[in-house]
Amino acid sequence: MAGDEFDVAVVGGGLVGAATSWGLAREGLRVALLDEGDRDVRASRGNFALVWVQSKGLGLAAYAGWTIRSSNAWGGFSDLLKQETGLDVCFQRPGGFHLALSEKELEARASILKRLHAQPGIVDYKTEVLDHSQVARMLPDIGPDVVGASYCSLDGHVNSLRLFRTLHTAINARGVTYLPSHRVETITREGGEFRLHTAKGEVRAAKVALAAGNANMRLAPMVGLEAPMRPERGQIVVTERLRPFLDYPVVTLRQTDEGTVMIGDSKEESTDPSGLTIGVSSTEAERAVRQFPLLANVNVVRTWSAIRVMTQDGFPIYDESESHPGAFVLCCHSGVTLCANHALTVAPMIARGALDKALVAPFSARRFHVQAAG
Amino acid sequence: MFKRLDDTGATVSLKVDGKPIRARAGDTVAGAMLAAGVEHFRTTPVTESPRAPYCLMGVCFDCLVAIDGVGSRQACLIEVREGMAVETQLGKREAGR
Amino acid sequence: MNASDLASSYELVVIGGGPAGLAAAALAAKAGVQTVLFDENPGVGGQIYRGIGTTPVRNRAILGEDYWAGAALASEARASGATIVNGATVWSLDPNRLVGVSISGQARMIQAQRVIVATGSMERPFPIPGWTLPGVMTAGAAQTALKAQGLVPTGRTIIAGCGPLLWLLAAQLLRAGAGIEAILDTTPRINWLKAAMHLPDFALSPYWSKGLALLREVKAKVPVIAAHRIVAHGKDKLAEVVFATGTGERRMTADLLLLHHGVVPNVNLAMAAGVAHRWNGRQLCFEPAVDADFGTSVHGIAVAGDGAGIAGGTAAAERGRIAALAVIQTLKPGATVPNMQMMRQTLAREEMGRAFLDALYQPAPSFRRPVGDTIACRCEEVTAKQVRDTADLGCEGPNQMKAFLRCGMGPCQGRLCGLTITELIAEQRRSTPQEVGYYRLRPPVKPITLAELASLPKTEAERKAVER
Repeated sequence: MAGDEFDVAVVGGGLVGAATSWGLAREGLRVALLDEGDRDVRASRGNFALVWVQSKGLGLAAYAGWTIRSSNAWGGFSDLLKQETGLDVCFQRPGGFHLALSEKELEARASILKRLHAQPGIVDYKTEVLDHSQVARMLPDIGPDVVGASYCSLDGHVNSLRLFRTLHTAINARGVTYLPSHRVETITREGGEFRLHTAKGEVRAAKVALAAGNANMRLAPMVGLEAPMRPERGQIVVTERLRPFLDYPVVTLRQTDEGTVMIGDSKEESTDPSGLTIGVSSTEAERAVRQFPLLANVNVVRTWSAIRVMTQDGFPIYDESESHPGAFVLCCHSGVTLCANHALTVAPMIARGALDKALVAPFSARRFHVQAAG
Repeated sequence: MFKRLDDTGATVSLKVDGKPIRARAGDTVAGAMLAAGVEHFRTTPVTESPRAPYCLMGVCFDCLVAIDGVGSRQACLIEVREGMAVETQLGKREAGR
Repeated sequence: MNASDLASSYELVVIGGGPAGLAAAALAAKAGVQTVLFDENPGVGGQIYRGIGTTPVRNRAILGEDYWAGAALASEARASGATIVNGATVWSLDPNRLVGVSISGQARMIQAQRVIVATGSMERPFPIPGWTLPGVMTAGAAQTALKAQGLVPTGRTIIAGCGPLLWLLAAQLLRAGAGIEAILDTTPRINWLKAAMHLPDFALSPYWSKGLALLREVKAKVPVIAAHRIVAHGKDKLAEVVFATGTGERRMTADLLLLHHGVVPNVNLAMAAGVAHRWNGRQLCFEPAVDADFGTSVHGIAVAGDGAGIAGGTAAAERGRIAALAVIQTLKPGATVPNMQMMRQTLAREEMGRAFLDALYQPAPSFRRPVGDTIACRCEEVTAKQVRDTADLGCEGPNQMKAFLRCGMGPCQGRLCGLTITELIAEQRRSTPQEVGYYRLRPPVKPITLAELASLPKTEAERKAVER
């Protein structure tokens, strides 16, 4: 394919796109990474940084296995990144909690977990439901309102903003051509190559990997793929830096290696990333203070809202185009948890030119047609 | 670093790191500390390097101290009160304090 | 006043009790507009009239007559019927004019029909090596200490930078009996050429004669040395200032170094409210785009005073009145009000000399765009080199930079690094500050406690968005 500028053009400079680019560059491919601008929608700047296993996979058992695969690969992945960049993304897997503030919440947890683990074909792993005193042994600062929790020893967290920076540092070192402010308007296929049209010019590549988050919905049909999405907004509250007080991540509250406490996990039907609902931040703050009363006087220094990348059923989409060979799409909500998979498993598949059905067939977007027909 | 132009006026007493100091009523905590010769207000939570007020107008946050047991208060915006206990803040704040 | 004593809504909320806020609140309240003014300092006056009415400085000559003019503004506001609340930190303002305010550790949300943001200015970041050392402060800080509390520097004091306020501060400190070892004048020589074309206007402005008199007063007592590079040295506090002059490097031992490179709008609250801003290439800062009445891109929110672009205290008061008049015309169309034309004329006269001052005192690039290990972000201790290297990775905006390096994520929320980061990225990426843009700002623009945030009202839908 003479005249190609790149072996692969990856669309989307967030965690999914950067991890995929890094994996492709490790396979020796010439990669272009096309990104949007500084103020465009960026889920990767707004995530909660959990490497999370518990409660993943209800409704699609294969998702639990895929998640555990990445969780298990994360330690080695972070070591590789450190070797290449000198940057420590602070991956830790001490196990994680989902705290319940009422019996009703705890029952709901238990019920979800029961249904999840009863599914046919589900990978075997343990999530325990604990009462207040059991939780207090591991999280001594919980308040009296915490009635219990679910706990999974496979859960962990990472410094996701440093991960974002580390991936960009790593792809730069590996010679990936990073093209910011290159919003892809259209993609065409001419003479056996893909042409990606942007306001800053055309980029040509033999293959294309769409990792543009919710924008995949717009881009995928251009290469014979589909990515049905339903974006939602989440808000996070961040405190000042504190001395370490919390040894485990909680699904809605974690202390970063820098000392700040992130509080969050709201869901609103909105696609405006600039808006912020104070009442939602207030609810998050109220629950955080009930969970950990010692946080009451701590200062909130930032809040943010971001648009979650969410497929219509919440599970990832990995697909390759039949009509446009060489075109791939990657969509997922858990760009941090699945980062190791994208870098170490999916990127090599794209480099080889075909997805490994044994691993990712359940995540084809064709499942949406089956559901629609059924 | 600073001295008072006029040493008259009602005074209040407060403590900085346990040491009694005298301030003029209406002083900000930061002003009272500077007048009392306090050189370091805090060390940073990042590298624990020493800091003292930079702007004195509420924008730089380098005058953060603990006042009456509550950390990270802007000393330049808060008026002194009789019996106030001020502590310089070392590194990261402790949750619950 | 406690937060619980406030009404749940006001016709007008004025944020900031400097000249613009005081003048706006006074005029609006007198015309019958139900007005509340929030100011985070212990007393009104803003920075320019800091401590007005309470200052222990008795000798009026020390601070000068321009300072004492603030007393009339303050008493006019107090007599106007406006509710004036000091110690009130506004930490949120949204496009629907819902105001989040915190008083003595208690937070409230207040609905306003109209808002005048009068949050004024702050000193431009002055990122030189050693600027985080105790003993290095802004010139404005020394002025605040003098006005509010009658504090004067002891020991060896050096003032460095350029701008009208620098000379005013030097004169005030000298009158108060302080010694000044030297003034390190950083005005780039080339600026005189650039400013010359604006000299005729300046000669007609009120600044002309005042400025010359100040220069003479200070230069008679203090050596003024032209310096193009300044470094603050010391281990745990300032010990020595090293600076480069036309004839080589010099060093002076020092206890206090006061820095000043002019003032820039304090944009955080207006930006968080969604007010559109643009780069001002003459004043080298972002400012809100405002109309003739200081209305912004957000309906019902005006920005008056130096927050709308630097023009000084007298102009700020006129801008406050003009913004208030627009509010009165909408909410109380029948009210008797002063003549708008007169205000505009006064404002025009005050703004006349700005072009000359802006051109003359534009700080040199090397003082705005540091290199190497010089700290750009004081809170998170991010260096200029880190910012430049990260820009070279392809990071082309301050928000991505913030995500990568944490600059702007500390308690000051980018106030002391925002302009530096924007200018560094622009230089490194061969772009412009307008193109690069600024941090995306969100509430709280000043820290509040988690308990305060938790105490605010929430709807069922807002609870449902979190509870699962």
